[in-house]
Amino acid sequence: MSLPARRKFIPLLATALALAALFTTASLLYPGFCSRLVVANLFADNAALGISAVGMTYVIISGGIDLSVGSVVAATSIVAATLIGRHGWHPVPVIALSLLLGLLFGLGQGLLIQRFELPAFLVTLGGMFFARGLAFAVTPESAGINHPFYDWVQALRLPLGGRAGLPATALLFLAVFVVAAAASHLTSFGRNVYALGGGADSARLMGLPVAATRVAVYGLNGFASALAGVVATFYTGSGNPAMGAGLELDAIAAVVIGGALLTGGVGFVEGTLLGVLIFGTIQSALVFDGRLNSWWLRIAIGLLLLLFILLQKWISGRAGAARAE
Amino acid sequence: MPFFAALLAASTVLWSGCGKSNETPTAAAPPAETSAPAAAAPASAEPKSSLRSFTMGFAQVGAESAWRTAETESIKAEAEKRNVNLKFSDAQGKQENQIKAVRSFIAQGVEAIILAPVVETGWEPVLREAKQAKIPVVLVDRGIKVNDDSLYATLIASDFVAEGKLAAEWLAKKTDGKAVIVELQGTPGAAPAIDRKKGFEEGIKAYPGMKIVASQSGDFRRSGGKEVMEALVKVHPELTAVYAHNDDMALGAIQALEEADKKPGTDVIVVSIDGVKGAFEAMAAGKLNCSVECNPLLGGFAFDAAGMAIKGAPVAKNTVVPDRVFEQSQAAAELPNRKY
Repeated sequence: MSLPARRKFIPLLATALALAALFTTASLLYPGFCSRLVVANLFADNAALGISAVGMTYVIISGGIDLSVGSVVAATSIVAATLIGRHGWHPVPVIALSLLLGLLFGLGQGLLIQRFELPAFLVTLGGMFFARGLAFAVTPESAGINHPFYDWVQALRLPLGGRAGLPATALLFLAVFVVAAAASHLTSFGRNVYALGGGADSARLMGLPVAATRVAVYGLNGFASALAGVVATFYTGSGNPAMGAGLELDAIAAVVIGGALLTGGVGFVEGTLLGVLIFGTIQSALVFDGRLNSWWLRIAIGLLLLLFILLQKWISGRAGAARAE
Repeated sequence: MPFFAALLAASTVLWSGCGKSNETPTAAAPPAETSAPAAAAPASAEPKSSLRSFTMGFAQVGAESAWRTAETESIKAEAEKRNVNLKFSDAQGKQENQIKAVRSFIAQGVEAIILAPVVETGWEPVLREAKQAKIPVVLVDRGIKVNDDSLYATLIASDFVAEGKLAAEWLAKKTDGKAVIVELQGTPGAAPAIDRKKGFEEGIKAYPGMKIVASQSGDFRRSGGKEVMEALVKVHPELTAVYAHNDDMALGAIQALEEADKKPGTDVIVVSIDGVKGAFEAMAAGKLNCSVECNPLLGGFAFDAAGMAIKGAPVAKNTVVPDRVFEQSQAAAELPNRKY
C-alpha cells in the first residue's frame, strides 16, 4: 500500500475508460453490437475466465503467481465428465468432489511454496504440467456429459428481455465476483492478503498470519480453478483434457489490465472484472467484424498490457517523487 | 468512491449508453428480437451490405494445416461468388473460442452458420441456442456426438473411416501384407483422428503380417510429426512403414527419417491422408509413397446445403464428399491441378 490512496485508483479508472472506449467503438462500427444480448454474452462466454481471474487477483495481490489454472480447469472438466458420463455418478457429488480436489491441489502448492520457500512460478509450473498430464491420462478424448441435471442447469436463465438472458454460470461468476470483491475490502483475510503482498516481513512484524494467508490464497485459487472447470463443463456440456490451454495467462493479463501490480500489494477484484470484460469485448467485436484475423485479440491484449504496465510505472514513479519532496 | 466512479462509468456505457450512442439500431432491435432472425438481420445490417443477399458465419478451427487453409479459402471464395456476407472466425484450435464465435453469430442474427467442430463432444448447449434462434447450422469436415440430430442441418464431410481403410489396403498391396508400422495420430479426440485410426486398423486386420508397433499423436502438425518420429525411430529402428493421419505430419516424419539416415519412400514406406500440394511434391520427389485425398473444397456443398436449410427445404443429414487415392506415379501429372 505504498501508493497514496487516490493514485491507486488511476489504473482502475484507465481500465474503465479503455473498456468504455472499446465498447463504444465496437457499437458504432457494428450494428447490433450494442445490445443486451451481446452484453449478457460477455458474462456468459467469459464465466470460466472470469472466475479464474478473480482467484488470480488474490494470488497476484499476495505477491504470488499461479500457472496451474488452465490445467486444473482441464483436469476438473475431464474428471467430472468421466465420473458422470462413464461411471454414472450424479453431478452434485461429482461437483463437490471436483471443488474439494481443486482446493486440496491449491493448498498443496501453497504449502510447498510456504514451507520450503520455493518460488511460486516453479511450483505452479510443476502443477501445470502435472494437472495437464493427469487430464490426458484420464482420457485423451473429449467426453460428453448427458445428464438431466446438466440439462436443467443449462436451461436456467435470468431473462433480461428479448433473447438476452444470463445463464446460471454467468450468475455464478457474478456471485464469485461480488463475494471476492467484498472480502478483499471488508474482511481481515482480505487486508492480510494486501499486507502480505506489500511485504511479507513487515506483515510478519505486524503479527499477521503470513504463512496461513499465503497457503489459503493458493488453496482458494485451486478452488476457483476447479469452479471454473465445472463452469466450463456446463458451458460445453462436456469435459476436454485440452481445455483451457493458456487460460492462466489470459487471467493474469486481465488482472494486470485491471490495475494490479505483479510485485504484489496493489490490485482490485473490481478491476479484474473490467479486464475480463475488455477481453470479451475485443473477442466479440472481432467476430462481429468477421474479416479480421482472430489473432488480433492477442495483439490488442499485448498492447493494452504494455500500456498498463507503463502507466503503473509512471504512477509509482510519481508517487516516489512525491514522497521525496 | 473512485471505484464506484470507475464502475459507474463502465456500466453506464454497457447498459444505458447503448441507447444514447446508437439510437437507430436500438430502435430497430426489438422487432429484430421478436421476429424470425432470417427476416430481421438484413434490416439491421449496414447500408452497403443491403446489396448482399445473406449474412453467414463460419466458425473455423484454425489454420493448423495446408488442408484447413484450403478449406477456409474454398468457403471464403464460395461466399464471394454467391454474394454472401461471410463472418469468419478462427478459433485458434480451441473449442471455447469456437463456442464463443457461434454465440456471437447468433447474437448478430446471421442467417446460417457453418461450423467445423474441433472436437466431437460439447456442442449441445450452443447448438440448442442456434436452434432456438432458428439459425440452421451446417457442419463441415467433422462429425459431432449429439443425442438430438435436429440440432444441425447437415454434415458435409469425407468418410474418415473409409480413408483409413483405403490407406491400409494400399499399404497391404504395396508391402505384400508385411509391415512394421508406426502410426502418427491426429489431435486426440478429433473425429478424423479417431476414425482414420479405426479404418486403418480394420483395413490391416486381414493381414497378420502387418503390425502397428507404436501409435502417438503429432497433433496434425508438421512439427508434431517430426518430433514424434524423431523419438519413435530411436525406439523402433526396425520400422518399415509410417501411417500418418494427415500429410503435414507425414512431411514432418519424412524430415525426421532423413535425419536418422533412413530413406523415406524406399526404406520406409510413408502413407498419409489429405492429398495437399506439399504431399504431391513429396511424392514427385519419391519421399512419400501414397496420399489418400480428403477433399477440402467443401464450399460449394456447404452453401448449397445452407441455402436449402434457410429456405426450410429438406436437406440430407449427411453428404459424403468423394475421396481418391494418389500414388507416386500420378503425382507429377496431378501436381499442377492441386489448388491447395
